[in-house]
Amino acid sequence: MLQIELWKRIIIYGLVLAGLLFALPNAFYSRVESYNDANSAIENGQDPDLFRDEQQLWFDYLPSSLVNLGLDLRGGAHLLAEVRTTDVHAQRIKSLWPDVRDVLRQKRSEIGTIRLQDSTPGVLRVKISKPEAMQTAIEAVATLSKPVVSLTQAGAEDLKISSDGDFLLISLSDAEVLATNERTMRQSLEIIRRRVDEVGTREPTIQRQGLDRILIQVPGIGSATELKELIGTTAQLTFQAVIGKNSSSTTPSFGNEVLPSLDEEGVFYTLESAAVVTGEQLVDAQPSFDQNGRPAVNFRFNPTGARKFGDYTAENIGSPFAIVLDKEVISAPVIQSHIPGGSGIITGNFTVEESTNLAILLRAGALPAGLEFLEERTIGPELGADSIKAGKMACIVAFAAVLAFMFLSYGMFGLFANVALIVNVFLIFGLLSAIGATLTLPGIAGIVLTIGMAVDANVLIFERIREEIKLNKGPARAIELGYEKALSAIIDANITTFITAVILFAIGSGPVRGFSVTLGLGIITSVFTAIFVTRLLIVIWFERRRPRKVEV
Amino acid sequence: MRLKLVPNETTINFFGKSNVFFGVSIFAVILSFITYIILGLNFGIDFKGGTSIRSESKVEIEIAKYRNALSSLNLGDVAISEVFDPTFEADQNVALIRIEAQDGQEAVTSEIIEIILSTLKANVSDDIKFQAVESVGPKVSGELIKKAVMAILLAIGAVLFYIWLRFEWQFALGAVSALIHDIVLTIGIFSVLQIKFDLAIIAALLTIVGYSLNDTVVIFDRVRENLRKYKKRPLIDVMNLSINDTLSRTIMTSLTTLLALIALFTLGGDVIRGFVFAMIWGVVVGTYSSVFVASNILLLLGVKRDWSKPNAEAGTSVPQP
Repeated sequence: MLQIELWKRIIIYGLVLAGLLFALPNAFYSRVESYNDANSAIENGQDPDLFRDEQQLWFDYLPSSLVNLGLDLRGGAHLLAEVRTTDVHAQRIKSLWPDVRDVLRQKRSEIGTIRLQDSTPGVLRVKISKPEAMQTAIEAVATLSKPVVSLTQAGAEDLKISSDGDFLLISLSDAEVLATNERTMRQSLEIIRRRVDEVGTREPTIQRQGLDRILIQVPGIGSATELKELIGTTAQLTFQAVIGKNSSSTTPSFGNEVLPSLDEEGVFYTLESAAVVTGEQLVDAQPSFDQNGRPAVNFRFNPTGARKFGDYTAENIGSPFAIVLDKEVISAPVIQSHIPGGSGIITGNFTVEESTNLAILLRAGALPAGLEFLEERTIGPELGADSIKAGKMACIVAFAAVLAFMFLSYGMFGLFANVALIVNVFLIFGLLSAIGATLTLPGIAGIVLTIGMAVDANVLIFERIREEIKLNKGPARAIELGYEKALSAIIDANITTFITAVILFAIGSGPVRGFSVTLGLGIITSVFTAIFVTRLLIVIWFERRRPRKVEV
Repeated sequence: MRLKLVPNETTINFFGKSNVFFGVSIFAVILSFITYIILGLNFGIDFKGGTSIRSESKVEIEIAKYRNALSSLNLGDVAISEVFDPTFEADQNVALIRIEAQDGQEAVTSEIIEIILSTLKANVSDDIKFQAVESVGPKVSGELIKKAVMAILLAIGAVLFYIWLRFEWQFALGAVSALIHDIVLTIGIFSVLQIKFDLAIIAALLTIVGYSLNDTVVIFDRVRENLRKYKKRPLIDVMNLSINDTLSRTIMTSLTTLLALIALFTLGGDVIRGFVFAMIWGVVVGTYSSVFVASNILLLLGVKRDWSKPNAEAGTSVPQP
């Protein structure tokens, strides 16, 4: 007969209640938001006393997760960047030159003189005056090759050494390219994350996409330009040997480069391209003051960097040495003495603020490779607010229209379906908040569509009940059969829609993905509410009234 | 006292003029192809690459003024249109400026955006604000097209497989023909009206796929059931009966969905209007196609009549609630 066991009832009540509780914070969005912000600030070690008021805004024993608002609703910036991993290969190979030069010079008697030739980035082309001794040269350079550091490519060497006539060609091996790319991506992600976190915006999304792309979404930031400035400041710090100082930008001989001075107008330095030490080997940088009381930055190298720096300063006492930041020479002091400890100080014409910023940038580390921006989107907060307002209004009207329509068509049973529909919307919001999903503008459309479609299951059931009543079945039996017979259509129809939601989720991105999430969740909750919640309501009503006749 | 859109008993013969409806559908599909070939689609920046700027000003928009101001910048193809929406304030004038992808660049640089803004401020009105700036490089837009096409093909494939599993291959073919019909007609209307076709429209297309199927499956489910019940009646009668049985539900669901969508269309703002329009169109076309395309094809193909042995795959063993 028409009944539902107690344990099933308890589960249904429980799920509905949980949905309501999880959806509740969204009704007080801004209050709960400041409450959450206060809590996370305290977690980050800020003084709890500052946030007493905010902490009173919401109840500690209630759930406090909110539906994240997507960029199109909150405003903010979206960037899709491609990491130029080939930069790193080129850099690696370029910095190899001094070592290659040294090992080849030791075999001078056999291979003759060597000269570095111009070539594509990522390849070192060395001309050898005695090409018959090429094999010796290759073997000599091969001593520089190291096993690739990676889990999957065990045993591979990191350099590919070959010859082409009287040229010796050195580049990274395929295994090393893969391993390097992987490292570069991780490093870039980490550095971007740190830089974005430094500004402290709410819920930034920083995700790797595909092999060499990074998606960055920061709500609440003014524009994509601002975001680019924030992450795009590469802060490539290098220490390079100085060959000469010029007053104009001359063409450097190969293996050298000419860079302008940061604060002296019209001054250029000719430097050796291969850096002695790079900023990657920096472990710490702090703003400080030099002995004259001018703002400066103190830095410290890791052991490898410290050793290289120490060796170089010991060998080159009396020569100038350039500190280069982002292709500009900050200063070029003359090495006074051997600097063994691996720490030093950068002085220049800094203001206190500049030295502080420089220290932050150095600490955060340089991006290992340049970024190319493939996609940029800025949504102003006003447009987002307008969209929310319009979306809310549309939801309310759609909701009211559907509720009225259902009541007019099915009377009492329509009311049951309406209760289920309301529960359904709460459940969607509850689920969205609980899993931390993001609500986008198409997502709102998804909810509105769900409101329209959610009644479908109930319509199917009610129409079946009508048919059974027409066949002179008793009320309880008719209701029972209505649910039973409508089920296969409900399941098939919803599974097919669910399949498309899953495909959208897998393939789509951004707002489209947001839409697929609400659509998919909406299907699950609407099947639950239509089948279980309305059934429970009808059963409860039936038990109370025991009607002889039902009219659907 | 009850609102009854469909009488209790209907015995409409849906296949009496099936040739006419079939003809109309085929004609519409061909027409869609032709307009697509002649007019093409008005691809948004998601698929074409380029930059789209949404600007707002208190001064009424004169498109010629904008065009003149921007022509000096040599940005290539620039399209400017005014946006109207009932949700706007009285002095809120919104224009959409679309700039083609610049040679040799991926996303447009912020310097160019700055220049555009200052040019507009100097020549059109100094209160112009950019509400949204979106820029997509040609590299990504190419991939997005591929992804979108793949999504739709994948959805159709998955659905074909599922229905074949749950019903018979004739049903699957009928449902998928209806789907393709709906998608083609939607692309057709977008081509005729030249509404912006972007990533969100792909989402709408997939939703249409879902909705149209939903409708078709409900009818097919009834056909399957009636085939078991009436073993001797001709297929055409069984199909007519099934469509009549489910007619009330078909109308109810389409109407509630349309009610919700129309609310969104009128009040939801202009940003998603194209998206909602695609869905409204899809619901109408999808409802039509489940009756007149999917069912017609099923009728043409014929089905296996002996459903007496309950088959594990045939949906008889659905778990009870």
